[in-house]
Amino acid sequence: MDRLQQSDNYRRMTAMKELTGMDEDKPEEPRVVDSSPAKMVSSKLAESTTESELSLTELSGRTVGDVRCADPFMIAENVNVYYGDNHAIQNVTLEFGKSQVIALIGPSGCGKSTFLRCLNRMNDSIESARITGTITLDGQDIYDKDLDPVALRARVGMVFQKPNPFPKSIYDNVAYGPRIHGLAADRADLDGIVHTSLERAGLLKEVKDRLDEPGTSLSGGQQQRLCIARTIAVDPEVILMDEPCSALDPIATARIEDLIDEISENYAIVIVTHSMQQAARVSRRVAYFHLGLLVEVDDTDRIFTNPQHKLTEDYVTGRIG
Amino acid sequence: MSGESTVTTRSKVERSLGKRRRKESIFRILGIASTLVGVLFLLVFFWTLIGQGSSAFLQTFIEIEVEFSEDILAPAGELDLAYADFDAIARNALREKFPDVTSRSERRELNQLISVGAGYQIKDAIAGDPDLLGTTLLMQVPAAANVDMVLKENIDRNLGEDRRPISDSQLEWIDALIADGSLVSKFNVALFTNGDSREPELAGIRGALMGSFYMLLITVALAFPIGAAAAIYLEEFAPKNRWSDLIEVNINNLAAVPSIVFGLLGLAVFINWMSIPRSAPLVGGLVLSLLTLPVIIIAARAAIKAVPPSIREAALGLGASKMQVVFHHVMPLAMPGMLTGTIIGMSRALGESAPLLMIGMVAFIVDVPAGFSDPATALPVQIYLWADSPERAFAERTSAAIIVLLGFLLVMNLAAVIMRKKVERKW
Ligand SMILES: Nc1ncnc2c1ncn2[C@@H]1O[C@H](COP(=O)(O)OP(=O)(O)O)[C@@H](O)[C@H]1O
Ligand SMILES: [Mg+2]
Repeated sequence: MDRLQQSDNYRRMTAMKELTGMDEDKPEEPRVVDSSPAKMVSSKLAESTTESELSLTELSGRTVGDVRCADPFMIAENVNVYYGDNHAIQNVTLEFGKSQVIALIGPSGCGKSTFLRCLNRMNDSIESARITGTITLDGQDIYDKDLDPVALRARVGMVFQKPNPFPKSIYDNVAYGPRIHGLAADRADLDGIVHTSLERAGLLKEVKDRLDEPGTSLSGGQQQRLCIARTIAVDPEVILMDEPCSALDPIATARIEDLIDEISENYAIVIVTHSMQQAARVSRRVAYFHLGLLVEVDDTDRIFTNPQHKLTEDYVTGRIG
Repeated sequence: MSGESTVTTRSKVERSLGKRRRKESIFRILGIASTLVGVLFLLVFFWTLIGQGSSAFLQTFIEIEVEFSEDILAPAGELDLAYADFDAIARNALREKFPDVTSRSERRELNQLISVGAGYQIKDAIAGDPDLLGTTLLMQVPAAANVDMVLKENIDRNLGEDRRPISDSQLEWIDALIADGSLVSKFNVALFTNGDSREPELAGIRGALMGSFYMLLITVALAFPIGAAAAIYLEEFAPKNRWSDLIEVNINNLAAVPSIVFGLLGLAVFINWMSIPRSAPLVGGLVLSLLTLPVIIIAARAAIKAVPPSIREAALGLGASKMQVVFHHVMPLAMPGMLTGTIIGMSRALGESAPLLMIGMVAFIVDVPAGFSDPATALPVQIYLWADSPERAFAERTSAAIIVLLGFLLVMNLAAVIMRKKVERKW
């Protein structure tokens, strides 16, 4: 009990120190991307009793590191997400490059999934969710009134936390996307798409003799690769992955990581992960979220070897999590 | 934690374990007991039902030498089916067996042993084969219901003559007929081919069966698609606000409204306002649709709700439209549940009689309905009508009709279960 209280206090203090810039351990000045002036810094802070209050008043808009990238393909600019009164994503700006894996990390409930789901408008189906800011895909605003989310999701595919194959055959699972989008000219064409997708998902060898067996009869790792094959089959430009390995054993996880590595040449991949090792293994860049704020973005090795922000450091060294 | 506290924890757990086990075994005994009581009631129900009703599936016939006499059938030289007295032919045939019955009153008593159905049977025979004219033929014609009742021992011979519907001399004749083997017991085909009748031995349930069949056809054709569509709309498309809450509450309440109220509604709307003929399966079907609709909607909504959100997300994430998500993924998974709701609703509709009373389906209707607008009754109403009849023979027919109703229910549910099995994913 006492220890818990202590750690809470400790966390609060580190957060405060960080915000008020009283951290003497950090010689480097953090680079502030969005330099909206922080209002009433000290007075507000004095009253603050919880972390979330702190973040609401203070952390907003200040991202350390480099949110921009060389060849941006998808750009999120000043994105805010509200679930009713809950300000779940606060003023996040982030660019996603082509052929690049970016990992979103951060403690549970910090809004990684929420942010990810903005990128293919999956939040549209949540009635309480409200989104402001702009997100563009190849220069086109994805929240444009004229843009159909159906068309968007064909370009921005998604792989979920829990493997969720359809209760259909393996073949039909992979063929579903091409079928609804009319991607195949004929049956042979569709067969081809299914085969190459399974091949690229590294699943073909295991399932090529049992394509008409239910997708749900596969093991968890195979199911997740089937879900990746299903996503690849639509030939998207961006693939979003929300903790794709959290339900898998280490061996299956390693296979998925290899797979992500292989396909990363062809897609922009955004992966949410709880595992620091995974982020380090598969991603080029890492974005650290904290209580709805994008705290720091940088190249993967820099984040893990030399994080700029105290919160990031605490997280990657295992002090918050 | 110290070793001491571990020991006390363990002993505490062990102490509570005994209590838990005791509770568990008490609960198990209670469960078994209630199951047994339920099974017992069911057995008693079936026992009495089959005990009372099974005899109705057999019917007593009298074997007589029918003489297709030209005097009666063709008084003017020509075969005259419209005016010939076929009953007289049957009566004469029976009288042949009892030559010493001569007095007028005795002859009338003797005639009562034979059903009016005998005349119809003779008429059908000669109509089907006019060459029979002038010949004699050994025929088995239905005996009167009271003869049947004596043979089935539903009439107590030992009662005084004035306390039973059959006289001493009639009993003697029956015994004589039994002795020379003229009374035969056969499967009661009439029960399944005839409509209702005032004569128990001629009364059948085909009219009611077809009435119920036509009504349920309309009910399933209307209530299932409308119910499923409403459920899909409410679950998948309707905005969640005060109005949808209001609709939800109303639908739930509608399921609890007494069925007779639906009958009144049907009377006011379908018969008085829309002028659909009363007593017709069409009206009955419409009323029963209203009745089953809330049941189906509630079950279908529950089935749709039970479809895992991960499946919807998977489809949405691939770029399926709302409609595609619903019809490619939600519907197939929800279908078994929807069908279960439909089975429950249809079973309820089949057993309803109260609303049918309000729309005139309680009439005495002899003809078997041939379509949706012919006057008809339904099985439960027929059961009610027969149960209300004073004749002894209708008692066993009431039970027989209940058995047929249960059989209908069984067939219907079996069909639905098979259908559900078909749509159910094997994985
Ligand atoms: N559908 C929802 N409705 C309301 N609040 C939500 C919903 N989903 C997430 N939230 C809230 O948004 C915040 C961020 O959640 P989430 O994005 O799931 O975090 P993460 O994926 O980083 O664990 C949390 O406070 C959570 O309670
Ligand atoms: Mg999440």
